[in-house]
Amino acid sequence: MKIKSDDYLVYDEATGKYREDAEQAVRDDVEKRHWIIVLRTVLKDWRLYLMLVPMLLVFLFWRYFPMYELLGAFKVDDSNLDVADQLYAGFSYFRELFSGATSTSLEFWRAFRNTFLLSFYGLCFGFPMPIIIALFFNEIRSNIARSVYQVITYLPKFMSTVVMTTLITMLVRQSSLTIDIEMGIISKFLVNLGLITEEVGHAGLLNNPGFFRGIYQISGIWETAGYDSIVFFAAIIAISPTSYEAAQIDGAGKMAQMRYVVLPSILSTVIIMLITRIGSLLNVGYEKVLLLYNDNTYVTADVVSTFAQRMGMGTNPSIGLASAAEMLNNVVGMLLVIGANTIARKASDVSLY
Amino acid sequence: MKRRLEVSELIFKILSYVFLTVFAICCLYPFLYAISAAISSREAVEYGQVILFPKGVQFHAFSEMFNNNMFWNSYTNTLFITFYGTLWAMGFSILGGYALSKKRLLFRKGFNFFLVFTMWFSAGIVPQYLNYLNTKEVFDFIGITDDKWLVVIAMGMQAMNIILLRNAFEGVPSEIEEAAIVDGATEMQVLGRVYLPMCKSTIATVALFFAISRWNGYFWARQMITNSNEHPLQVFIRLKLEELQDSEFLTGWDKPYSADSVIYALIVCSIIPILVIYPFIQKYFAKGVNMGGVKE
Repeated sequence: MKIKSDDYLVYDEATGKYREDAEQAVRDDVEKRHWIIVLRTVLKDWRLYLMLVPMLLVFLFWRYFPMYELLGAFKVDDSNLDVADQLYAGFSYFRELFSGATSTSLEFWRAFRNTFLLSFYGLCFGFPMPIIIALFFNEIRSNIARSVYQVITYLPKFMSTVVMTTLITMLVRQSSLTIDIEMGIISKFLVNLGLITEEVGHAGLLNNPGFFRGIYQISGIWETAGYDSIVFFAAIIAISPTSYEAAQIDGAGKMAQMRYVVLPSILSTVIIMLITRIGSLLNVGYEKVLLLYNDNTYVTADVVSTFAQRMGMGTNPSIGLASAAEMLNNVVGMLLVIGANTIARKASDVSLY
Repeated sequence: MKRRLEVSELIFKILSYVFLTVFAICCLYPFLYAISAAISSREAVEYGQVILFPKGVQFHAFSEMFNNNMFWNSYTNTLFITFYGTLWAMGFSILGGYALSKKRLLFRKGFNFFLVFTMWFSAGIVPQYLNYLNTKEVFDFIGITDDKWLVVIAMGMQAMNIILLRNAFEGVPSEIEEAAIVDGATEMQVLGRVYLPMCKSTIATVALFFAISRWNGYFWARQMITNSNEHPLQVFIRLKLEELQDSEFLTGWDKPYSADSVIYALIVCSIIPILVIYPFIQKYFAKGVNMGGVKE
């Protein structure tokens, strides 16, 4: 119940002043009692609130306390002091990162660019792949054959990042003359196909900055394309068979059915997935990069998280710069996520969270 | 009525079979190659003669792995971390998700935001690491520094999983809860006897998500644990790879099998348990993706 202002005060003609309504005392009393009732229900439900506590504590400790450490981005580095006691440095670390004058700053811009490019290429090449696979799954009428294909193509998703990167490292490894080891099998295939020269193969593809993005994207597709197709496939099999029949009666061939039946039906799913993907444009999984890159490939492989990791956790750390870099990346990332979510809600009445 | 297949349809069908077959082969090949390379002779591996099938079969690489105490140690550590880590995260997530699913919870929106915000914004690796260093005394006090228990409780829960659970609990009709309360059930009994059985498949899926992320966890385990007795399998694999890529180490290699075979054997050993349970859990995964959090 909303209380209007003229409920609250009455005009006293005798004195020409406003005074409090006598009934207001009663209302105040009800209001007060209302809070007592609320409090009583809360107390009665104390078990429910107790259930929340451990979860909130875990999140507070592992997710929110680190945010406090981000304060280090504005403070002069001093490892002897707690972050709260350090002197303020203003925006000097941000200015240093932005300036483009020092080598650190150039490295930061390179990392920022790589972060963006890695996800952008992922969007261009990795995103359509699951949709194509889902369309092809739909063509296979035999349930057994389809299950076999599905089981096999989902499989790489279940490998850990370490196992996957270890496999990649081994499959494109450099050769060694001193201990007589031939180059990795994939490099050898590529040499035989004439896609790369033998010297490149011998040097190892992971040591060549020109190949990092390709390896990252292809292994990403290898890992997730089959598994990500589940969502699209579910949307496709939800299409009623009568839609196809109607299209066939109208004389639609396969392509026309794709164009006028399948695509419109899965469009909303595609748009939502696309928007989510755009929202996480700056969240490149650091673990995979960390496990695949080396000093030779920083040019194309270094992303903001790994840059910050080297700055902040390596020898001779610079906490201020590392925190500033991560903060920039994550704030822009957050704006992208929120923007994407807002657009998704506007576009399809479906909010992601 | 049997319809004649049109030409375009036929082409598309053939195309899809060809494409999927090629893609499936690409998905499977690295694993098959790993198995073959693990059991091939030293010459075959080092001169790159293994293409698909093993050449000059030997099982020394595997037997070296099996006789390596550190390997079994890291394996048990991973099992330990996966089991208790899932239990830890699941317990708190179920309790929290259940409480959040109740409309009568005061400040429900606020608590929800508290969770969802962590999905939007994370402090990043370095601040997380600093926070860990600064709060180390807590773990010293409990006595779990440099211990696998630390990995069990560290970085535990993902907000997304809790939201999946919350959505599932919200789907349970409130009449059932009321009926249980009328029958004299306490809050915990309502949760344990009514909600959990009704949301079994979501709970299985979320538990699976947690278990997989624990099984695969690498970075924090490596940062937090220096004692090699407490390393999980992923860290062990990585360290082995780094060791065996060191050419100085390899010049003295005089075993009857290639150093590469050891790594491949390690990879095969680490994925076997997943391959064994994979057919049983696959359907839960498909379900989990479709739940995908798209809600309201």
